[in-house]
Amino acid sequence: MGEMEQLRKEAESLKDQINAARKAVQDTTLQEAAAGVAVVGRVQMKTRKTLRGHLAKIYAMHWATDSKLCVSASQDGKLIVWDSVTTNKVNAIPLKSSWVMTCAYAPSGNLVACGGLDNMCSIYNLKGKDGNVKVMRELAAHTGYLSCCRFISDTEIITSSGDCTCILWDIETGTQKTVYAGHQGDCMSLAVSPDFNFFISGACDFTSKLWDIREGTCRQTFPGHESDVNAIGFFPNGNAVITGSDDTTCKLFDLRADQELITYQDSSVMCGVTSLAPSLSGRLILAGYDDFNVNIWDALKAERVGVLAGHDNRVSCIGVSADGMACCTGSWDSFLKIWN
Amino acid sequence: MSSASNLVAMKKVVRQLRFEASVNRVKVSQAAVDLQQFCLQNALQDPLLTGVSSSTNPFRPKRVCIFL
Repeated sequence: MGEMEQLRKEAESLKDQINAARKAVQDTTLQEAAAGVAVVGRVQMKTRKTLRGHLAKIYAMHWATDSKLCVSASQDGKLIVWDSVTTNKVNAIPLKSSWVMTCAYAPSGNLVACGGLDNMCSIYNLKGKDGNVKVMRELAAHTGYLSCCRFISDTEIITSSGDCTCILWDIETGTQKTVYAGHQGDCMSLAVSPDFNFFISGACDFTSKLWDIREGTCRQTFPGHESDVNAIGFFPNGNAVITGSDDTTCKLFDLRADQELITYQDSSVMCGVTSLAPSLSGRLILAGYDDFNVNIWDALKAERVGVLAGHDNRVSCIGVSADGMACCTGSWDSFLKIWN
Repeated sequence: MSSASNLVAMKKVVRQLRFEASVNRVKVSQAAVDLQQFCLQNALQDPLLTGVSSSTNPFRPKRVCIFL
């Protein structure tokens, strides 16, 4: 009994220490520091392409690194690889389980992955010898749904799960290399740092965590949101993290200052954030919401500078291509749209 | 025994908090300047920010005029 009480006290004191250390470096706010920068002018984008073909809600999409191909996952039980320029379907992959919640494109372009309520991450080889796309591996170990997956390479992938953990897998052997445990709620989303040394996860415990991929440790934890963190992404220079939550706000956390720098919110926005992606320079943050829209925020000024309206249902996923040329949105209305 | 495992779990929590408390923190003013600089330095190379002209937009097919 005594030892437990002691540990509890120590934990509380350490939390106070962390808060004090964060306050100690808070010599200004991002708002004040960026006071001299003018707000970005109104951003207007048009739908350039609509990708039609899914027969049910789209839950996830991910761009290939060539900025042309992209993969989408729908609860119609299909993964579709699209040529976003021609709108042709390059591959239509039938899934064993239609309850898919995430998909990912390997940086090489050779593999795609998906997973969902089957608790597994299935890897598909797009460049098989006979031209047929087949399941290459089924990564099974999570005891909860697969919420997100991202390839590090053709041999390693990181997954996040409703079982509150993230896992780094060896694809060749189909085994777990590292389990990242620490979240106290379902892990909803993850993003890998530009240098591939770290990844961040957002969870239903209202926090995001920065993990050292090789060490297997959680380096930093960012509280601040008042509800589930559904979406997460790295600021393009790798030094900050952007999160989107059911509390209707997006937040930017700086990794080196170890704290929240700014919140993107508006009284007119009353629904949860489902997805987000920064533009190439990081100046624009595009966030998808439950109210069928995408709001575009000026990252430095926290002002809404544009809206993408065009979907007839929730925007469930969003991605900006690697060359920054276009933004792709996926929706429960079964369509993907390419905007710029 | 659940109380023993609670103790182990709590020790992990304390160890983790100690680790997180030890991170070196940079002043917010420095972090803010660096974020701003990155945005401004890369602004011209950000197509969604600057806008994409139809001649360079891969998603907008070029219209060809045909003289009949």
